Amino acid sequence: MRLAVVGAGDVGRAVAEMAGDRGHEVVALADSETAVVDGAGVDVDAALARKGESGRVGDADPDAALSADYDALVEATPTTLGDAQPGFRHARTALSRDRHVVLANKGPVAERYGDLRESAGDSAGRVRMEAAVGGAVPVLSTIEDLGAGQVTAVRGVLNGTANFVLSRMAAAGLDFEHVLSEAQDLGVAEADPSFDVEGTDAALKCVILANVLRDGTPGERPGGWLSLSDAEVDGIRDLPPSALALAREDGRTVRLVGEVTRESVRVGPRLVPEHGTLAVTGTRNIVEIETRDAGRLAISGRGAGGPETASAVLADVWRLG
Amino acid sequence: MTDSGALAAYTVRLELADEPGELLRALEPIADHGGNLLSIYHERGDVTPRGRVPVEVDLECPPDRFDDLVAALRDAGIDLVRAGHQRYDESVTVLLSGDLVETDLSGTIDALQDRAGLSVVDFELSAPEGPEGVSSARLRLAVERGGVEAALSAVRQVADRKDLQVVEPLGARAGTPRADGGTDVGDRAESSRGGDRPGGDRR
Repeated sequence: MRLAVVGAGDVGRAVAEMAGDRGHEVVALADSETAVVDGAGVDVDAALARKGESGRVGDADPDAALSADYDALVEATPTTLGDAQPGFRHARTALSRDRHVVLANKGPVAERYGDLRESAGDSAGRVRMEAAVGGAVPVLSTIEDLGAGQVTAVRGVLNGTANFVLSRMAAAGLDFEHVLSEAQDLGVAEADPSFDVEGTDAALKCVILANVLRDGTPGERPGGWLSLSDAEVDGIRDLPPSALALAREDGRTVRLVGEVTRESVRVGPRLVPEHGTLAVTGTRNIVEIETRDAGRLAISGRGAGGPETASAVLADVWRLG
Repeated sequence: MTDSGALAAYTVRLELADEPGELLRALEPIADHGGNLLSIYHERGDVTPRGRVPVEVDLECPPDRFDDLVAALRDAGIDLVRAGHQRYDESVTVLLSGDLVETDLSGTIDALQDRAGLSVVDFELSAPEGPEGVSSARLRLAVERGGVEAALSAVRQVADRKDLQVVEPLGARAGTPRADGGTDVGDRAESSRGGDRPGGDRR
């Protein structure tokens, strides 16, 4: 498949690097300032080397990537809230040209699911978004295979940074700020960790899941589609080590868990059995899918990282092929 | 863990003579009839007009043995004020963090205890920074069947008012019936843990 990759962060770069091995061709690559477009195939190594040296992948206007001759647009720009721009505009442009869209960016599907669905409805292109939820963990495709209508609820640990902090606090009895600075040194937490530790990132993923469940349910959808403002979100910043110690004495621990149904999204610190399924450690993610007839399924894996997330993007590309 | 549903939680209120050995005499029939003690609330300063000491015992036992247990208490001459009026079917554990001590901890517990269909059966405080610092508490609430959400909402209200952080158990609201017929919310099967701590003091 011919790919346009928009966004040259960890995920976009990894997609561009891995695409060739999987039989795809990158015909455009854009960062926030520039683009390189080549119908015969972009020299990815050269473009990324240039990005490393000068901070730019090419000389063209970034929008040149949107109008290139691709089969699928990979949208891997940073997640933005509210109007979800520029990610939403990129996706809509591709759909208006009857091209597929593969999103690693959570914004358009969490904040503007209805708008995006409408654009897709008028298009021969389709939208996929596996990489937006759970990184390498195939959450959405599992739900798709089960049939979204068969899924009654989903819950899980969907933010590796928060999970690293909580599991380290519990194991070492250290306070939040101390563990957070360790996580920043390790590159597990960003300089501004608010998005992760306040639960926003997990909530966006949960909102996407709720929309997918609603979308798979025939009939009316009172209230339309959910967005971040519909989620009840609580973070882990104020959690003292003493709370984790008390949980442990009782055979439990605390994880930042997202709970999703068709009607509601809640994210917050929750007591879970210390050796239970949801008590994954480190940056791992886990998702439990509750089904009508098949009981409960659990899938766990790496929820972030360039190659991990890119593998989910490329799995989507394969499904579109 | 016991089989879910094998045990039910009960509160028994007794009035004892203020004499040595009275409490033990009251507890023996409970143990003899398969009762697991969850907590005993025995405040010696709080005396009834008849000069008796009220004692509240939270226990778990197989539902079909509760009547025998009550009869055995009566046979032993124990003054049983109330038994089985509040029958708690589910229990739920929550954590509270914040300025617990500064914001009147016993008032927080009393505010919960006063709710119908809810009983604080176990309580543990950790205040490593001293009474003026941030502390945490673990509360186990016994609630009537289907009352978990109402109990948690009571906890949230108290916590909101006192600016405390609540860590809820999983699945409290979004809980869906499990294929095995249990629910995600009440951990009734947790009873064996409570049984390990006879007489767990709640203050």
